[in-house]
Formats: sequence, structure tokens, C-alpha cells
Amino acid sequence: MSAYQGDFLKEVEARVEEGEWVKMCMQCGVCAGSCPFGPHWEHSPQKIFMMIRAGKREEVLTSDAMWMCTSCYNCVVRCPRKLPITQIMHGLATYAHRLGLAPKMQPTRRFSVTFWSNLTRTGRVNELKLVLQVYFRNGFAAGLKEFWNMRRVGLRLLAAKRMNPFELVFPHRCKDAKGIQRMLAKACEIENRKRGFSQ
Amino acid sequence: MKKEYAFYPGCSSQLRGSASNYLTSVNSMCQTLEVKMTPIPDWNCCGASIGYAGSGELARHVMNARNFALSEKHLPGQDVVATCAACWLGAKETKQKLDASRALMEDTNEALKEAGLRYEAKTEVRHMVEVLIEDIGYEEIRKHVVKPLEGIKFAGYVGCQTNRPFGIAGESFENPMYLDKLVETVGGEALVKYEQKVACCGGALAFSEPDKSQKQIKEIVEAAYDQGADMIVTPCPLCQANVEIYQAEINRKQGTKLDMPVMYYSQLLAVAYGAAPKQAGLDGHVIQPKKLQDIAVKVVPARK
Ligand code: SF4
Ligand code: SF4
Repeated sequence: MSAYQGDFLKEVEARVEEGEWVKMCMQCGVCAGSCPFGPHWEHSPQKIFMMIRAGKREEVLTSDAMWMCTSCYNCVVRCPRKLPITQIMHGLATYAHRLGLAPKMQPTRRFSVTFWSNLTRTGRVNELKLVLQVYFRNGFAAGLKEFWNMRRVGLRLLAAKRMNPFELVFPHRCKDAKGIQRMLAKACEIENRKRGFSQ
Repeated sequence: MKKEYAFYPGCSSQLRGSASNYLTSVNSMCQTLEVKMTPIPDWNCCGASIGYAGSGELARHVMNARNFALSEKHLPGQDVVATCAACWLGAKETKQKLDASRALMEDTNEALKEAGLRYEAKTEVRHMVEVLIEDIGYEEIRKHVVKPLEGIKFAGYVGCQTNRPFGIAGESFENPMYLDKLVETVGGEALVKYEQKVACCGGALAFSEPDKSQKQIKEIVEAAYDQGADMIVTPCPLCQANVEIYQAEINRKQGTKLDMPVMYYSQLLAVAYGAAPKQAGLDGHVIQPKKLQDIAVKVVPARK
């Protein structure tokens, strides 16, 4: 961080996906009205970009706004400056998570991390394991309760053959899961080197 | 002549995945249209955008590039066709990025080497809907109809990711018409005034932010009722799952009586082409598409 001497915009440009676009924002406010979960956010993309330029590092990285992005791309097709807003929001969220500053209990942060580790194990998403991992994230009792709440949904999906209990034991997987893991480790190593992350 | 494509089904469309009935109906539809879809051998997950916090940037591109490389190796010259909106979007994003940056391309290939592969940047990425509209065309799609979907009113719910940021060529982001046109092409009635056509269902956040997403879903379904729809039709497996599955939850919590079937465009085509309910994946729903089932079980009239 010291390399950026308190210049948060520079830090974002160097270390956040598509961060170099932030300075192009002209604060028109179009994106602020585009988010489907808009009313629930503390900071719209417009505000976030303004805060970055104002150097409000802590406030930006601890905000839960970025985690409310549904990847709807409403903003992207409307932004007069063509900022890749969706990617910047994801990029900021990822960066905050990497630094350990993202809100710990933020449900989408936890889902996102669970999702990625789920899919990298076999190369494919195991939907059933994913659902169970999400339900049981807060421990066994809480998991049972959530599971019970959603039991009708689960049973109906089972009846409609859209969920397979055998996925737990014999999951779909890529034949070259090992190769995929090696390839991802390499990608991680390259990205860390280029963005100047320590590990 | 048969058209051939490298098929990228994606995780949700696998056998017994949450969108396995999408796959069934696509196969049936493609058989009629003489389209040959060969799954990319050993394809992997596209890295779906929601994995971002774990993946970072390069890993996501590498996941997509692996599929491209496998397709170039095993199915040279064929376009990669995705049926899932999110897979298509992710793959297309990667392709654009790699095409635009030599450095990113080199990094990607350096990582791919670990899996013994190399991406040559020859692959095109397309959505099944593009294949239908651009390669086959409405006229040809119409020709094969043996059971027009007469008397069924469809609210065409396009959603986000087949529409933005890339969309289908020639369509607007605010009011794309292709889904309505497909409905009409197979004899159904398209409710062109349906208001929630391009609204967001909450996407992957249906899991992590259920209440906020269910508010979106409720509006999407209620707007269909407002137009007198019999069912919703969509090109996106995530939209399909969210909008269909959570209606029961919304009813339980809010005392509403939502009971709106949500179908894939491919199921409409399959039924119009004479597929049995099972072949059209009609058995894969938690809300029964009664009117479509009625047509599907009818005996096919002999062709003139
Ligand atoms: S729409 Fe674009 S230019 Fe306008 S405030 Fe949002 S990011 Fe900035
Ligand atoms: S993509 Fe994200 S930031 Fe953009 S409008 Fe949708 S929710 Fe808001």
C-alpha cells in the first residue's frame, strides 16, 4: 500500500480489475438508478467511484455495496463513458475480500467464495453440494432450519429430476480435474505477480 | 446439410442438473432442425461471474480459454455454442478480452500449458438463440411446425444476460423482440406489452439475498399475470429456475397465489415440432405447464 502513498485511486488502478477506468467516470448518475437492488445499497457505483477519487479507502473497501451487484449489466449499457461498471464492482469486492476488509458476514461474499471452491475441486459446479454448503454455513442447527424451510423446493426439484442426490457421492467432474487445478494455481501465481500481491 | 457446433452445455444443464430439462428440449429441437451439437470433450465450468471473490481475473479467463482450446483441438472449425446465458456471457467476455490484449493472451496460455493445452484464438462463441435466428432463420424455424401453439399467451422474459452487455445483434437493450418473434413463429401469442421483459431476477443473489431477489421475482410474475399470460418463456436457465422455483416460497411468505409456469424457448419449439412431453422436458417443472402439455400429448396431425 505504501507504494501508492495514500493515493487510493492509484492503488485501485494498479490492483483492481478494470480499476484504470474509474477516473473516466463523469458522475452523471445514470448507473445509480440502474441497480435492481438499488434501494438496499448504501453506495451506488457512482458514489463508490467518487469515494475512490476522494481517497476514502476504508469506507469503500468495507462497504457492502459491491456485494449487492447482481451482474445485470443495466449500468454498463447505459453509462455514457462506457465504464465496465459490473467488473469494477466485482473487482473492488474481490480486492476488499483479498485484504480481509470485506464485511465478514456478507452473504454474497460467502456464497461467492463457496461457489469458486466448489467448482475448482472438480472443474464443474456441484449444485447440490453448493446448496448444502450454503445452508450449513452457519453451523449444523442453523443449516437444518434453513433446509427445513426450503424442503418443499428441494423435494419438488427432486421430483422434477432437477436435483440428484447421487451428486454427493458420484459428482460430475472433469476427467482432467488435476490439470485444471494446476492451471488455476498457475493463473493465480501470474496474477499475484502482476498485481503485486504477496501470496 | 447438417449444421455442426461445439456444444458447451454448462453446469446447470448436466444430466439431473437444475436445467437438465433445458438440455433435453434443446436436443429435441436440434434434431428437428438438423443441427448437430457435439459436446466439447471434458468441458469445465465457465467460472460464472458469482465466483469472482475466489477467482480473481485471470483464473476466470483461463477456465473459459480451456474450453475454447479443447474445442479447437477436438472440434476444429466449429463455433462454440452455449445454451446458458451466464456461460455465454462469461465466455464471450473472455474472448473479447483475450482478443484485445496480447499480454493477457500470453498469461492465459502460460496457465493453459499446465493442462497441456493452447488457445489459438480461432474460436467463435455464440448463444443457441443466435444459431436459431442467424444461422437457421425464422422462416426455417416456422417450416417445421406441426403443432402451432395456438391459444397460449406467453410473456417473453428475456432477463439480463442474453441481453446485456452483448445482446443479440440488431436488438435493443430496452426492448429486444426476438423472443416474442420466436413465440409467434411457432404459433403462440406474444404479449409484447409485458413490462418486466428485461428486468433482473436477482441472478445468483437469489441464494444469498433471498428477500431482495424474491421481490424482483414477484414483480416479474405479477406483470405476466397483468397481461393475462398463461406462461412465461425465457432463454436463461438461471431466470427459469429463480422465477419458477421461488414462487412457492413467495406464496408461503406473503400469502400470494402465484402459479405461473416458466418455460424455455426450446421447449416451445420442441412441442411445436411434435415432441412428446418428456422429449420437450415438460416433466422437469415444479409448476406444470398445463396448456403446453395438452398440445404435446395431442396426436400429430399428418403433414400436408
Ligand atoms: S453512468 Fe458511468 S459516467 Fe455516469 S456516474 Fe455511472 S459510472 Fe460514472
Ligand atoms: S450490474 Fe451491478 S452495478 Fe450494474 S446496474 Fe446491475 S447491479 Fe448495479
